[in-house]
Amino acid sequence: MSRQSDSPAPGSDAVAEPGQFAPTDAAAVDAAVEAALAAIGQAGDAAELKQVRLAHAGDRSPLALANRGIAGLDKADKATAGKLIGAARGRVNQALGRREAELAAEREARVLVEEAVDVTLPTDRQPGGARHPITTVMERIEDVFVAMGWEVAEGPELEADWFNFDALNFPPDHPARAMQDSFYVRGPGGRQTGAGDPGMVLRTHTSPVQIRTMLERKPPIYVVCPGRVYRSDELDATHTPVFHQVEGLAIDRHLTMAHLRGTLDHLAKAMFGESARIRFRPSFFPFTEPSAEPDVWFENKKGGAGWVEWGGCGMVDPNVLRACGLDPTEWSGFAFGMGIERTLQFRNDIPDMRDLVEGDVRFVHGFAAPPGPARPARVAPARTIREPGTEA
Amino acid sequence: MRVPVSWLADHVALPTSADGVPDAELVGEAFVRNGLELEEIHRVPVITGDLVVGRVLEIEELTEFKKPIRFVTLEVGPGHGVAPGPDGTADSVRQVICGATNFVVDDLVVVALPGAVLPGGFAIASRQTYERLSDGMICSVRELGIGTEHDGILVLGHVGQPELPPIGSDARIVLGSDDPVIELAVTPDRGYALSVRGLTRELASAFDVPFTDPAVAPLSVRSDPGWSVHLDDPGCSRFVTVRVNGLDSTAASPWWLRHRLQQAGIRAISLPVDVTNYVMVLTGQPMHAFDAQRLQGDLRVRRAAAGERLRTLDDADRALDADDLVIADDRGPVSLAGVMGGASTEIGDGTTEVVLEAASWDTASISRTVRRHRLPSEAARRFERFVDPAIAESAAELAAELLVRFGGGRVVGRSVVGTVLTLPRIELPVGEPERLIGRPFPVAVIVDRLSQVGCTVTTDPQGAGAEVPVETDLGVVDAGLRECDPAATDLGGAGVLLVTPPTWRPDLTRPADLVEEIARLEGFDSIPSVLPAAPAGTGLTDAQRRERAVGVDLAAAGLTEVLSFPFVGATELDALRITTDDARRRSVEVVNPLDAERPLLRTTLLPGLVDTAVRNRARGARDLALYEIGQVFLPRTDAPAAPQLSADHRPADADLAVLKASLPSQPVHVGVLLAGAAEPAGWWGPGREWSWSDAIGFARRIAATAGIEVRTVAETGTAPWHPGRCASVRVGDWPIGFAGELHPAVLEQLGLPPRTAAVELDLDGLPAAALPTAPAISPFPPVHLDVALLVDAAVPAARVEQALAAGGGSLLESVRLFDVYTGTGVPDGQRSLAFALVVRAPDRTLTAAEALEVRDAAVAVAAERCGAVLRG
Repeated sequence: MSRQSDSPAPGSDAVAEPGQFAPTDAAAVDAAVEAALAAIGQAGDAAELKQVRLAHAGDRSPLALANRGIAGLDKADKATAGKLIGAARGRVNQALGRREAELAAEREARVLVEEAVDVTLPTDRQPGGARHPITTVMERIEDVFVAMGWEVAEGPELEADWFNFDALNFPPDHPARAMQDSFYVRGPGGRQTGAGDPGMVLRTHTSPVQIRTMLERKPPIYVVCPGRVYRSDELDATHTPVFHQVEGLAIDRHLTMAHLRGTLDHLAKAMFGESARIRFRPSFFPFTEPSAEPDVWFENKKGGAGWVEWGGCGMVDPNVLRACGLDPTEWSGFAFGMGIERTLQFRNDIPDMRDLVEGDVRFVHGFAAPPGPARPARVAPARTIREPGTEA
Repeated sequence: MRVPVSWLADHVALPTSADGVPDAELVGEAFVRNGLELEEIHRVPVITGDLVVGRVLEIEELTEFKKPIRFVTLEVGPGHGVAPGPDGTADSVRQVICGATNFVVDDLVVVALPGAVLPGGFAIASRQTYERLSDGMICSVRELGIGTEHDGILVLGHVGQPELPPIGSDARIVLGSDDPVIELAVTPDRGYALSVRGLTRELASAFDVPFTDPAVAPLSVRSDPGWSVHLDDPGCSRFVTVRVNGLDSTAASPWWLRHRLQQAGIRAISLPVDVTNYVMVLTGQPMHAFDAQRLQGDLRVRRAAAGERLRTLDDADRALDADDLVIADDRGPVSLAGVMGGASTEIGDGTTEVVLEAASWDTASISRTVRRHRLPSEAARRFERFVDPAIAESAAELAAELLVRFGGGRVVGRSVVGTVLTLPRIELPVGEPERLIGRPFPVAVIVDRLSQVGCTVTTDPQGAGAEVPVETDLGVVDAGLRECDPAATDLGGAGVLLVTPPTWRPDLTRPADLVEEIARLEGFDSIPSVLPAAPAGTGLTDAQRRERAVGVDLAAAGLTEVLSFPFVGATELDALRITTDDARRRSVEVVNPLDAERPLLRTTLLPGLVDTAVRNRARGARDLALYEIGQVFLPRTDAPAAPQLSADHRPADADLAVLKASLPSQPVHVGVLLAGAAEPAGWWGPGREWSWSDAIGFARRIAATAGIEVRTVAETGTAPWHPGRCASVRVGDWPIGFAGELHPAVLEQLGLPPRTAAVELDLDGLPAAALPTAPAISPFPPVHLDVALLVDAAVPAARVEQALAAGGGSLLESVRLFDVYTGTGVPDGQRSLAFALVVRAPDRTLTAAEALEVRDAAVAVAAERCGAVLRG
């Protein structure tokens, strides 16, 4: 620009510019400025403003031409005229800048209005996924224990009788074995297992993982054992032959039933809120002595706050410790276990166990958010999901 | 175990409610505190108004109606009737209409008088019916709300029988109809609690009141034998017989006895059976009554011989097993010992001579017989848990006395063979309860609680075998002893109590067993809550984190997790065209499946995913994206036989290794099923269907989440996949699963949408990810170059891409295929693959010439390896 203005194209002055005036003519300069300001104010958009700029601030604008005339003045007038024209051009340029910004803002405001959309349109182009609530609740329990320094141990679902029963102090012909109705299996070779033959069973609890852990690690041991377990119960509203447990095992010097209670109190609070706590009822399990059944105080229990049966627990039986090579006079420990489906049933008010196992995507999606502690009772879909006419 | 509160109250002082009757709620709570699970408290509905015992004076049969109707004249006691009684008592007779016929003159019945209201709001009033005035009602068991029997009216007894209630007395008292029944679940370790005796002992300790043993009474001296018995097998430790002669077996059991049995959930049958059942519930000792005249010779306890059979009382003819314990006479087995008697020696109406058996059996043997013959019985339920051998004599005598009392005759004699096995003494360090429970237990409390259980507690202060009894009554124990520090007690150098369990508690064998007794009787509520400090852990393992990450990622990608049952059948595998020679047909079979059609354990996740998809579609879902992470069961061809291991001690490591190796391999797989639309059509435009490429994308994505890069190789011959649209997913050359479209014929048969795709990967088969090293990030600008290559259509794109990468060398930062074209300008049998190349140097800005050199080098290797020609 400066180059062009310093050396105008030859012949460009051939036509006399209208309104040309002397650079010392203050009144004319003022008039030119006023004319420019008026034109700037009337410019309605960027294009018009461009024209105005060309006419009033361009190389051939009256002020530019007057400016050019300064060079021919004598020294005294040069300073006066320079000041005069400089101020005038400054005012015009300022006005141009202001107007330009105004117009840009107006334009932006208009475009943004034009671009407005209906934000209530559906946006689920990519349908959402969900993890199963059984998985997320198990992980939550695992996390509570991992936060305390415990570790997570796992094992096979098809187990040796020795791990599932014998090492857990179930004598071979004791009625306690019948307490847990088992699925027995035979291998592809047709080898029948059960009765007398050391066989295989779909594990009836995750306790065999406790045995494996005690055999593999040296105490102190603090592990939780999540996993899938099996009992030969028909599927109905409150039973399922395939379900999930989280069990825990702690073996150390000086562990007592008070530690068991403290651990379960802590878990209860994490799962059911600050008001939750545990009480023990004496019970019997072959693998613990003393044995207890914990009840948890649940504020959001259906029908009003109250105690809910929540699994089994006790001090690890000396025979179990011995089967794992641990001296019961040196080591003591506790174990506990909870059913995840049952926990979900009362925690999230699930009326029918079948909803938990049938894999209906609508049910799973009802749990898409990770469950936190002590959520309102009704999280699951209220109705039972079932296709018409398929269930007895 | 069901027991009426009144029966418990007969033997132990129970807390009472305001109106003076035992408080069933408090009794129930006490049982729960002591470790007996309360199933329910059954309460009898309230009856208001007059309900009295009446005597049938006269029966007029009315025959003019469609069914037999009786007009009955009843003596109902003074003040309850409208006419004088037979002895002239005023107002003691009334008449009622009755539709039942199971009673005779002089029977005692229950009569509801007008104004009475029976359960269910059934109001009794005088009314005209069957052309007579019926002035009350004779009641059935069901009408009284005390049972379900409604075959006829309730007959309490017959004039002349002993122990009849007075006529006109309040029948509610006779019926015990304000008597709640407590139902308990008894755990297998507490056989003793299957009796009034055991339960009252628990209540005595729960309420801290004295206990009088209902099963122990001074024994009558009998000089004559009961029956000669020989114990030829150690499965019987003691056998008591008592013989009763001159019995009237047809005599009725008294109402109160029948009612108590009914409350206990046992059907009344005949006097001898009812009496033995009554004594069983009272004492816990099951008994059997033989007809002595049908026994031949001495009784012998032995195992059954091969081929022997026995018809049991349930009229089943049973082939006996050589492991079954039997009682036999000269002709063979007459009873399946401890489980059920035989039909040949059953008591009948003509029986006058009875041999009562009260024996002690081996628990495990009884348990085996019960399971073998699928024959649970009240007797076996007790014997398989253990029955106190010490009470056999007194229980048999009690039964004999009851028989004589109600059926006449006399007790002839008693025989006892065998001995009461004493239980081993336990050494209990006085600090042991505190060591396991975590709160102090003063010695006096320990001693007192163990005494309530029935233990004998002694101590040996000098440690020289001179045992000194410890005073067991808490009130008498030295106060100083109670308060002192257990470790400092003067109970001998080691502070050890010598505890002998009572004869009915064989489950008490170790200090821990005694600790449980002490702790539960003191109350578990007294256990403090202390959070233990575990040593610092290392968090989840890599494999656990990986499994979680895969699940989280798949859900975030829009997939829904399902957890299907792992049971499959031949039908499901056939539908997937997994043929019988496929390794996935080699599976483990459940011997006792719930669904006989699905006895096999899954070797692949696909049947479960397909099943879930089909169920969801049946319920109206159209588009499905499912995933499952779970174990599959893969039998090993080389699995060793499982060794028989003892649980008394830690097995040898080698044996444990064999045991683990005997199990099938059970790797965790991850499966994905994609059916229908991946994106629905919407205001944004058309939707998009799931395809084989999404499946392969998920396979790569799963592996990437695990930190592993996989490659895909065309897989043409594996079910249930589309032979031209399936990839074998590999880590290096190691296959870890498949991904792609399912076979169209499989989809059609299953009713799944065309183009349904799936993935199954062995998650455990993915190697651990190597520790990543940081990539070099070049700050210099890249040069973007596109190349289009003509290649033979059979050449996999991945091979061309690999060739370009190899040829481009280290300056070729990335290669991405962005277009595949066939058609005009491309010769038949070829296709054009367009790749975007990014060329960049780590240390300088490349010149255009340098970049083109890289491109040319890349294309040259593609030409060399794949026959690729740069398209003009």
